[in-house]
Amino acid sequence: MTILAERVILPERRSTAGRLSDFFWRHPHVLLALLLGPPLLWLGVVYLGSLFALLLQSFFSIDDFSGLINYEFTLATYRQLLSDTHLDIIIRTVSMAAIVTFVSALIAFPIAYYAARYARGKWKALFYLAVMLPLWSSYLVKIYAWKLILAKEGILTWFFEKLNLLWLLEAWLTLPVVGGNSLSVSYTGTFIVFVYVWMPFMILPIQAALERVPANLIEASWDLGGTPAQTFRYVLFPLALPGIVAGSIFTFSLTLGDYIIPQIVGSSRLFIGQAVYAQQGTAGNIPLAAAFTVVPIVIMGAYLWMAKRMGAFDAL
Amino acid sequence: MRSEKSNSAPLGLKIAAAAGLAFMHLPILLIFLYAFTTEEKSYQFPPPGLTTQWFAVAWNRPDVWAALTLSVKVASIATAAALVLGTLCAAAVSQTRFFGREAVSLLVILPIALPGIITGIALRSAFSIADIPFSFWTIMLGHATFCIVVVYNNAVARFRRISGSLIEASMDLGADGFQTFRYVILPNIATALLAGGMLAFALSFDEVIVTTFTAGQQSTLPIWMLEELIRPRQRPVTNVVAMVVVIVTFLPILGAYYLTRDGDQIAGAGK
Amino acid sequence: MTTAVLFDNVSRHFGIVRAVDRVNLSIAEGEFFAMLGPSGSGKTTCLRLMAGFEQPTGGHIEIFGETAEGVPPYRRSVNTVFQDYALFPHLSILDNVAYGLMVKGIGREERRKAAEDALAMVKLPGYGTRRPGQLSGGQRQRVALARALVNKPKVLLLDEPLGALDLKLREQMQEELKSLQKSLGITFVFVTHDQGEALSMADRIAVFNDGRIQQLGSPEDVYNRPKTRFVADFVGSSNVLSADLCRRLGLKAAFASLRPEAVAIAPPHNGALSLSGTVASQSFLGATNRIVVDVEGARIAVASPATQGFPPIGSAVTISFAARDLYPMDDA
Repeated sequence: MTILAERVILPERRSTAGRLSDFFWRHPHVLLALLLGPPLLWLGVVYLGSLFALLLQSFFSIDDFSGLINYEFTLATYRQLLSDTHLDIIIRTVSMAAIVTFVSALIAFPIAYYAARYARGKWKALFYLAVMLPLWSSYLVKIYAWKLILAKEGILTWFFEKLNLLWLLEAWLTLPVVGGNSLSVSYTGTFIVFVYVWMPFMILPIQAALERVPANLIEASWDLGGTPAQTFRYVLFPLALPGIVAGSIFTFSLTLGDYIIPQIVGSSRLFIGQAVYAQQGTAGNIPLAAAFTVVPIVIMGAYLWMAKRMGAFDAL
Repeated sequence: MRSEKSNSAPLGLKIAAAAGLAFMHLPILLIFLYAFTTEEKSYQFPPPGLTTQWFAVAWNRPDVWAALTLSVKVASIATAAALVLGTLCAAAVSQTRFFGREAVSLLVILPIALPGIITGIALRSAFSIADIPFSFWTIMLGHATFCIVVVYNNAVARFRRISGSLIEASMDLGADGFQTFRYVILPNIATALLAGGMLAFALSFDEVIVTTFTAGQQSTLPIWMLEELIRPRQRPVTNVVAMVVVIVTFLPILGAYYLTRDGDQIAGAGK
Repeated sequence: MTTAVLFDNVSRHFGIVRAVDRVNLSIAEGEFFAMLGPSGSGKTTCLRLMAGFEQPTGGHIEIFGETAEGVPPYRRSVNTVFQDYALFPHLSILDNVAYGLMVKGIGREERRKAAEDALAMVKLPGYGTRRPGQLSGGQRQRVALARALVNKPKVLLLDEPLGALDLKLREQMQEELKSLQKSLGITFVFVTHDQGEALSMADRIAVFNDGRIQQLGSPEDVYNRPKTRFVADFVGSSNVLSADLCRRLGLKAAFASLRPEAVAIAPPHNGALSLSGTVASQSFLGATNRIVVDVEGARIAVASPATQGFPPIGSAVTISFAARDLYPMDDA
């Protein structure tokens, strides 16, 4: 070691980068502010700002004669929201969302269970892609595909015809509520498309929850004399429930706000999304449209709160 | 014997899973068939004949090209904005501890947790209050807002995998903050960012619900599709475009998958 | 003798937690210094204070006479071997080792040469093209060592570097580290919770508990003459004799420590002290037997040569030990 050994504490760097580095190192909060600033400004100003502006408008009302917005605080719009026709829309939408969520869970569970417990290696990757590709496929193309399928001259009618079951389809269509002129203008059609488009969102959360269940738990249940049904009821289902709830956040929320599917495949009776769209567009009643958007926000808020209490967010 | 038994699924489960997957895939495959149908006026099945002539017709439609160009432009710029904002946010949330971290991650997720129509109408009414005319930028603004979360999710997952000591090791070896970013952080998060960017592109390219509120008279490809769905003009062209859209969105999804498959969390689990 | 690292009343508090509480220490140049203690005792935080990853909330740190607080890690000629090695997964082994030289702007050819030399020094010549993921735990540990040493640090910090290795490898690495340190003459500061490791490698040991140094001294000192009950307990499981027993043995102290090896199951001869009790339990430890004798409620462990066999459990025995092996301790 020479007498002029290099110093142990190196001098400050002269370059701009070096100085800036030292500065950030001494003031980590400045760095944090620089990192968080742009995204928070964007989301806080652009997104939250718009959202609050919208909610604020729900406390205004529309002047019936001039059609202009009356900028005075009032709950009149909310009173209007609770009228029979509007309540009808809300109930229709929420029930649809609930049924879609339930059926999605029924279809998604076996796929998720198979993928979590039996698929291995290459098959597992293939399964994953088989879920991801339809999930990410174009929303409109998926709806379009069902328009092709449900059309009177489409594949479904042809299929029933070949099986000589056309009478069954026709009988179904004569039923009240779920029936209609053809499948593509009935609630049945709307329901099928909703399930088709939103169900894939249910699979991955359930799979994630099931993957955390050790296989030997199921073997333990068998070992203790549990039948497959009992094993499902007392072991598998409770453990998968957080995943189901997590998945249902998507299916429920997405169904609740959709206005395109019921517009393209469905009857003329409105869903919340369509009502919002119509109120802000053709009717020009922004306050009522804003009040309508409060409904999904409140429902989803309650739903998320409940889901959080059930620990569903760990399964996301 | 026993282990073999527990490794093969019961028949009922196999059938249910297979039926579920078939339900998810068959309608998309049908799109491919309809792109070749000779039938113009209806959705007749089975198609009376097959032809490739509609590809040429679609190719020569300027409105399709205009919509496609707008969509690609919007998706590119929105993806770029989302990449910057999402990465910054992910870096802040995963590398530091600060009060309100939970709130920030909630804020990022909110634009996709709430129904798209709410984002759409909120932006539209904000534009009208602020007197901002509809333009390319109003569409981009909306798209970037909900694309941030896709980049964010991918980046946060990757940041979590970089052990904190890697950054300390780099500084310990004499690298300042910028060198550490350049030589350690960036190479380690690059593929996650690329995957997040691809997914954001796919998300933006396909978005219609928010776009209808922020586009005005402009037409992105999904808006064009929506118009065709409500008021069909030339069904075979729509069929061809639908098929092309399916193929185009598959590519970034596959790309994102291959970029992140080694990780513990794979991209795109939450759209 | 130059002081390599000096802690003057250094504290590091995290909120109300006093991770390091008014620590004073001075490490000489060329010393192999161990910081020993259970997890959460403050030893790792002290190491991080030396590296610059943490800043003291109070007190003063000097490295080779220069003030260290407020200096970022990248401006200190101090390098660390991390507990999880922290090898860069995206770089080859050679690039990992050359990283420090690369960011200092040293030319490609020169740093490649230096990195290869460093790899040869840790007995991994020719491993440069591999990736960290392709190496075993022991090999990664050597790479981490080479990556730090290639920078010719004035102080090398090692954070439980052998913790993840199995016993055989650990013993081998202990010897190698020791001889490496002797040949390079670099100051090593070594954090461990393994008292055997600290005793066999270090020139001096600081025993930490609750953010404070309990005892600082040579391995022999710390092992044979523990100053506090904690040290007696933590370093080699000494017997702690209560005040009552001390008084009966003619010792004026609150407590005293007695190492199991210093006790024999035999009648006393030439002035040794003795106690009588009954055999409570016994276990075979290989070279020795561990026999616990119950002396009126106090349990005293005896390490007796395996060749002596076991006295039957419950039998009355006399234990004896030299008065000089009994060390008085002041606090509880």
